[in-house]
Amino acid sequence: MISKREFLQATGVAAVLAASSGLGPLGRAAAQQKLSQADILRFDPLGTVTILYLADIHAQLMPLHFREPSVNLGVGEVKGVPPHLTDAAFRDYFKVAAGSPEAFALTSDDFVHLARNYGRMGGLDRVATLVKAVRAERGDDKVLLLDGGDTWQGSWSALQTKGQDMVDAMSALKVDAMTSHWEFTLGADRVKEIVDAAPFAFLAQNIRDKEWNEPVFPPRKIFEKGGAKIAVIGQALPRTAIANPRWMFPEWEFGIREEDLQKQVDEARAEGASVVVLLSHDGFDVDRKLASRVRGIDVILTAHTHDAMPGLIRVGDTVLVATGSHGKFVSRLDLAVKDGRLADIRFKLMPVFADAIAPDAEMAALVTKLRQPYAADLAEEIGRTDSLLYRRGNFNGTFDDLICAAMMQQRDAEITLSPGFRWGGSLLPGEPITWEAITNATAITYPNCYRMEMTGQQLKDVLEDVADNIFHPDPYFQGGGDMVRVGGMGYAIDVARPMGSRISEMTHLKSGQPIEAGKSYVVSGWASVNESTQGPPIWDVVRDHVAASGTISLQPNTAVKVSGA
Amino acid sequence: MKNSLERLSRRDSIKLAAAAFAAAAIAPRLAFADEKAVAAEIKKLYGDKAMGQGRIKLDVPEIAENGLVVPIGVEVESPMTDADYVKAVHVFADGNPQPGVVSYQFTPACGKASAATRMRLAQTQDVICIAEMSNGDLFSAKANVKVTIGGCGG
Repeated sequence: MISKREFLQATGVAAVLAASSGLGPLGRAAAQQKLSQADILRFDPLGTVTILYLADIHAQLMPLHFREPSVNLGVGEVKGVPPHLTDAAFRDYFKVAAGSPEAFALTSDDFVHLARNYGRMGGLDRVATLVKAVRAERGDDKVLLLDGGDTWQGSWSALQTKGQDMVDAMSALKVDAMTSHWEFTLGADRVKEIVDAAPFAFLAQNIRDKEWNEPVFPPRKIFEKGGAKIAVIGQALPRTAIANPRWMFPEWEFGIREEDLQKQVDEARAEGASVVVLLSHDGFDVDRKLASRVRGIDVILTAHTHDAMPGLIRVGDTVLVATGSHGKFVSRLDLAVKDGRLADIRFKLMPVFADAIAPDAEMAALVTKLRQPYAADLAEEIGRTDSLLYRRGNFNGTFDDLICAAMMQQRDAEITLSPGFRWGGSLLPGEPITWEAITNATAITYPNCYRMEMTGQQLKDVLEDVADNIFHPDPYFQGGGDMVRVGGMGYAIDVARPMGSRISEMTHLKSGQPIEAGKSYVVSGWASVNESTQGPPIWDVVRDHVAASGTISLQPNTAVKVSGA
Repeated sequence: MKNSLERLSRRDSIKLAAAAFAAAAIAPRLAFADEKAVAAEIKKLYGDKAMGQGRIKLDVPEIAENGLVVPIGVEVESPMTDADYVKAVHVFADGNPQPGVVSYQFTPACGKASAATRMRLAQTQDVICIAEMSNGDLFSAKANVKVTIGGCGG
């Protein structure tokens, strides 16, 4: 039995500010309540087992800014429930005061003011400090460190080293086990090569060899911690072969595989596991549904959708943890085990405030060494931005607007398409746009920026298809990231309608004319999942555009009209 | 930077669809089956006989990873004795050019009524399975399989 106590443990200092102060001035008021390292680590320990959990780091070795979404819609049963809450609604639900450190870390409004006060978050050297402190407090034999995946992709150095920099860093952090998604875009051979040599377990119960339907990776591992057996079952992104280029891992099939998962849980219990943990890259809504259908999972460590929540979500006897992304948070779960079962659980989402946490010297040295071959390139200033550049959100991100504008200019296109990836750092107004900033938003193994003709009907079909991948009312039928970003074209979307009828009012922005179904338009885009896509890598397209522009200044994007939410 | 234009031929489009976005719509317009066509096929086999629910476990992915080779598994609960066994299992798809996918015949000697294969699905559609028991009872099951162009996973 899990006690009902404290599903919301406020992080560190009490939230002292009244939530009514409005926006801008909060940055100043909030300066009073910065967290210290001790505040961040403060925890009333419980039981004999601690799980530390990270996910979706996206190869960010260094502290950065990452703005959480202002639009994160849920459909069907999950409309208006966590994690589909943003800004004031999020703060109300989780009892977070506006302007507080937690508000900065977890919500998007007033981001620029608060960012200037609270500084960057993440950095593996800071993460290492937290991990080592908890290990020292609890003892190595009581702490399990788990990584939810999307770890080896998302930076220039990770791309250049084929993930090796992150493998080295996570090995030094002594990760016990991970699962995965973007890792597979390094290609099957490279993933196998890393996994064969890695000191951590790489777990995925839901990947099968196409020919024989045999498991490709170990499905689970049992760890003995604090005198208890903890079973960790891995679940890779079930839609990897749809969301990313299947030709990079042509022999593997994915899927949710509920029944196989149930077997894994039952076998783990039969082997004496007191606690069963699903280390999952399903995404939050898929895991919430799964928790209602698969019996016997105590904890689901969720990933993929990049949600960060300062409280646990309970479904039946299962609790779900959402630990955020980009190294912004480390989750701590203390578990009390009694009579071979989980008896109690206590949770804290530790925010990794880079200015508050002393970097761990060993990890800092390793990070410097790993980045050294690329340091000069990464620091190169290509231009500057007058606007806040961010990506996360269901429909628009200013970084995507920049990428779309770059393709429009550099590839002479009428309409541009940019994938709705959830990863990539944010830049504050006045900051330089470095090579690192550009590649943090674009570093993938299939970067070619194509140019082709598409008819209005084809464009409509693209938007409908991607919209259904996000807004299908059954999460098991959802497939990808956020909505594809569009440049040069506006449209209206009713998220509540069924597949094929959500998109309307497609308009060619330059001419103001409706998009015609039978007419051809010159379209440029990137991140095609098709093999042999032609065109320059997207980072060169963006670099040329930023260099030519000097300073980037973006107008608010009003081209997408959303209804049905 | 060279701005060559890739012209989208019908043949290339499925392979190329460059942003990956597009394939579904560009396929040549064949006449597709629909619910009525499937119902007509079933009627040819079994007339208007009532269908029960349950007993059939239809295992298909919610979303096909590759619409050309979608895995399907069917298992029908039955003792598979001479007195009580599954005689036949038929699989239909209501969005393909032809509604019939596969039919299996069973005997008690099979031991269990299960089969697995792969099928091509031209678009998002329902897959319908009918099981005929040795006493003439019929059971049906249905599942929707989404065929997507994907490509925006984040």
